[in-house]
Amino acid sequence: MIVAIPLLPLFASIIVGLFSRRMGAALALFITCLFMIIASILAISLFLSVALRGFETTITLAPWFTVGNLSIAWAMQVDTLSSVMMAIVCVVSTLVHIYSAGYMQDDASLPRFMAYLSLFTFFMLALVSANNLLQMFFGWEGVGLASYLLIGYWHHKDSAARAGVKAFLVNRIGDFGFVLGICATYKMFGSLNFSEIFAMVPDVLGEELVIFNWRFEAITAISLLLFVGAMGKSAQLGLHVWLPDAMEGPTPVSALIHAATMVTAGVFMLCRMSGLFEYSETALATITLFGAATAFFAASVAITQNDLKRVIAYSTCSQLGYMVLAVGLSAYSAAMFHLTTHAFFKALLFLAAGSLIHALSGEQDMKRMGGLRSMMPLTYLLFWVGVLSLAGIPIFSGYYSKDIILESAWASHTIVGQVAFLLGNISVFLTAGYATRMIIMSFHWLPRFEEKLMERVHESPPAMSIPLLLLAIGAISSGFLLKDWFVGEGSGNFWRASIFVEDYHTALQDAHHSPRWVEVLPLFLSVLGIAAGFLCYQIFTSLPARLARILRPIHQFLLEKWYFDKLYNLLFLRSAFSLARALWHGVDEKTIDALGPDGISTVARRLGERLRIMQSGYVYHYVFAILIGVVVFGAFAIAQRL
Amino acid sequence: MDNWPLLSTIIFLPLLGAGLLTLIRGRENDIALAAKSTALWVALSNFALTLGLWYSFDRQQEGFQFVESKSWIASSGISYSVGVDGLSLFFVVLASFLTVLCILASWRSITKRVRDFMAAFLVLESLSIGAFLALDTILFYLFFEGVLLPMFYIIGIWGGERRIYAAFKFFLYTFLGSVLMLLSIISLTWIGGTTYIPELMNTDFSIGLQRVLWLGFFVSFAVKTPMWPFHTWLPDAHVEAPTAGSVMLAGLLLKMGGYGFLRFCLPILPDASQFYAPLVFSLSAIAVVYASLVALVQEDIKKLIAYSSVAHMGFVTAGLFANNATALSGAVMQMISHGLVSAALFLCVGVLYDRAKTREIKAFRAIVQPMPAYARLMLVFTLASIGLPGTSGFIGEILTLLGVFQASPATAFALALGMILGAGYMLHLYRRVFFGPPAAMPDKLYDLQTRENFVLISLVLPVVWIGLYPAPLLNIITPDILPIIATAGH
Repeated sequence: MIVAIPLLPLFASIIVGLFSRRMGAALALFITCLFMIIASILAISLFLSVALRGFETTITLAPWFTVGNLSIAWAMQVDTLSSVMMAIVCVVSTLVHIYSAGYMQDDASLPRFMAYLSLFTFFMLALVSANNLLQMFFGWEGVGLASYLLIGYWHHKDSAARAGVKAFLVNRIGDFGFVLGICATYKMFGSLNFSEIFAMVPDVLGEELVIFNWRFEAITAISLLLFVGAMGKSAQLGLHVWLPDAMEGPTPVSALIHAATMVTAGVFMLCRMSGLFEYSETALATITLFGAATAFFAASVAITQNDLKRVIAYSTCSQLGYMVLAVGLSAYSAAMFHLTTHAFFKALLFLAAGSLIHALSGEQDMKRMGGLRSMMPLTYLLFWVGVLSLAGIPIFSGYYSKDIILESAWASHTIVGQVAFLLGNISVFLTAGYATRMIIMSFHWLPRFEEKLMERVHESPPAMSIPLLLLAIGAISSGFLLKDWFVGEGSGNFWRASIFVEDYHTALQDAHHSPRWVEVLPLFLSVLGIAAGFLCYQIFTSLPARLARILRPIHQFLLEKWYFDKLYNLLFLRSAFSLARALWHGVDEKTIDALGPDGISTVARRLGERLRIMQSGYVYHYVFAILIGVVVFGAFAIAQRL
Repeated sequence: MDNWPLLSTIIFLPLLGAGLLTLIRGRENDIALAAKSTALWVALSNFALTLGLWYSFDRQQEGFQFVESKSWIASSGISYSVGVDGLSLFFVVLASFLTVLCILASWRSITKRVRDFMAAFLVLESLSIGAFLALDTILFYLFFEGVLLPMFYIIGIWGGERRIYAAFKFFLYTFLGSVLMLLSIISLTWIGGTTYIPELMNTDFSIGLQRVLWLGFFVSFAVKTPMWPFHTWLPDAHVEAPTAGSVMLAGLLLKMGGYGFLRFCLPILPDASQFYAPLVFSLSAIAVVYASLVALVQEDIKKLIAYSSVAHMGFVTAGLFANNATALSGAVMQMISHGLVSAALFLCVGVLYDRAKTREIKAFRAIVQPMPAYARLMLVFTLASIGLPGTSGFIGEILTLLGVFQASPATAFALALGMILGAGYMLHLYRRVFFGPPAAMPDKLYDLQTRENFVLISLVLPVVWIGLYPAPLLNIITPDILPIIATAGH
């Protein structure tokens, strides 16, 4: 039954994918949604038996390959970490499948869309249930493929097709690190199975890895290489540039892949490899800093963007920063907690945004929205649930998970931890600010879209609003329901061996005894942020424009997203293309060819003109050469006998 | 039946078929049709025979099987010796498989001198299988060089506008290599006292001599593979060759270079191979990055894929000299995978060329609209080419990387860089040709016909199968890799 969890979406995807052109939309929807619902039920019951009864197992499905001492199998490792992920993936995926029935109902190639969604779910499940690095990489690249296909789903749009390629390529840069990390792991450990790697860490501790004549501490090198992979998938600062562009895909895709599941694969991988990362302080400190910087960077950009989906995308990027930051503090379970609550409230926000966009026939610019409060009251209400959760207001789930991360940062008592605490708190203020700005601009302001759209604006059909309601329930309740399991004092019994923390990494335990002001500060900042949002966008609506004028350089810097895209374009893309042309024309044609065959041919032609022996065929020449060779050889052979 | 010379049958059946084609009489059209069907049947029978060979291959047994050995030129000890082991088996199967596909793919696109065309392919099949099965250095040399004749004709007669230039360039490079290899073979024979490869493998040559002889082989195999900087003949040869010619060139002929390293340099000259490994690593690293970059800016689809071949072969050469089972198995898998995937990609380009009579990337846009089935298959091969897990390309690349990292992490870095660039040029190509707003396109773009569909799907299946379950191949390849590494170790 456990095996059915990943296989059901795979079968659904194959059936629908192969017969997509002969299959009606209704049948495709029925098959994919039904299979996903069954998979969800199985995944939830699996999660409960793992959480309540302590069930754990590793199922080997089939061998993949064996070369020398390297043996890799298709397997499912069932433990707390993987069962939590499987449950999240299946539940959110199912809701997105159902939502798509409403959102994509007018799309001509709906079966193809559903097949891609199910395929994605399969790869994601293969990723989280892997018991070795290579199967994880199989799922890792597989979700990247599904993401590529779905971002570029509307392939007649040039921007969508480009965004798909960009996402794949930036992820490949991350995978560059991931693959080399896998190679280094194999070199040092002689195995790629998690259990064998972790068992051998003490032996490898202190050994060195030599790359380009530089010596690295092996565990640190491996950890940092793997982290590069996580940076790509989880859109950390530097490799984040694909995520905002990925919003070219249909909104359900953004909710499932680019908010709730795929982008969290990096965080999941870091948690899965906790048995390795725990032994490298350098790697952990690096991870903390990248996470904190990402959280701050993305939140600061989000306050200036006007595209509704892009604001949410930057928000996702920022929240992923919190999760990564938590990993760096050895607070893996806090990272997983935030991953879980975020999956609910961010999927909710995206799908609610999708309802707006759907109602406005594809409009995504918040400056052309407004006035939707009265027209779509249910969506408005649910949007608030998402916003309050994101901002971290008590009762709502985000409050619990974000607080524990910030408290851990304070409790780590390291300089890096304090930097993370500071940036994290500033980001809390910014987050509350942009979340409020977002909801006010799209719902409160006077309508600014075209008159003729007005009549068509409608509350969503049940296929869309029911998944929204369920996600809202999750966004409200998942925080206080799960907090004792995930990060409570006895959470070690919940995670058991699936997460490993060194005894002297006590940030998470100490977080429970933080001083009062540390506990209250984030809440204060987030209330302040909401108030600032209301002040600027509801009450003194001319204030933002005036601020932007006064702080023009800063505003420009944020509006241009810290100039990352422009810089990369100049630094990497342009130079790669001009280098490539230089190599092609300059080296291949003007050097190798000119000195080699063309040069010889010129000489040969001149010679040939003088001799005028050959009429046309170089072939004869060639046969002749072989003959000479054979004769020469014969002569040698005979000479040898003599 | 036990004593039936199976390998000789597999080598010479296509040659016999080619001879049969010359007997056909009648009007032009009848000859063409009869030639095509005869060639197809001969190729199919030979494919069946190679599958039989695979089936009866004993993977428990180490070393060569089905060995046939007859004295040939007794005075100089040259023998007609053939045999198969885990390293050559799949290249033989690949050769017979690709020949069938080539004949099918050329069914309509070749209209001039059909009989000669079909005969050339059968001869090509004979000679290339012969090269993979030969156990005698001179026999190998004859087959290895003989392959160039039919290929030269295929490019020179049925090629594009600059076919003479391309054929000449092709000739010049390989000529240079073959002369040097011949010298090495002669010296090897002279000093080793035999032309029988298994015996040579057990002969110890002094390190100084090894280093000299190695260079002779190296140039020849490096041209054939091709390695940077001996690669510039390949893009031209591909662009001018007819589709089926490109398929054989990329799918099979390039593999002879890698196979040569595997059969000669590594087991016979192990110390020199160790000595020169850093050189091979450097050239491979350059090849991967350089060729991938150049592929990025190509304007002709075929040329782009030709450069991608150079990059993929860089993985192979690096893997071959990494001196561990993972890397060598990876290199062989990469060759097999590339044989399937590049063949498929060239067939895909042929499908477009048959319709639009151009291969300019700029000439196409949004062809996913008129050709959805084609787009889907091309996507599978594109992904296999960039080594997506679940395809054969991944198995080859990851095993090579895992192994090369053991020997030289720096080389592994360059190869991994090639993975990024590879995704770059292939997806960049795919986007420009298949996606985008619908536009005025070359007319007559219709989707795949049954024959084309059949050919491409028969390539999808092994690509995915090897990606998901490569064990049947690896279990045969790896046992014959181990002695090579053991030789190097002593």
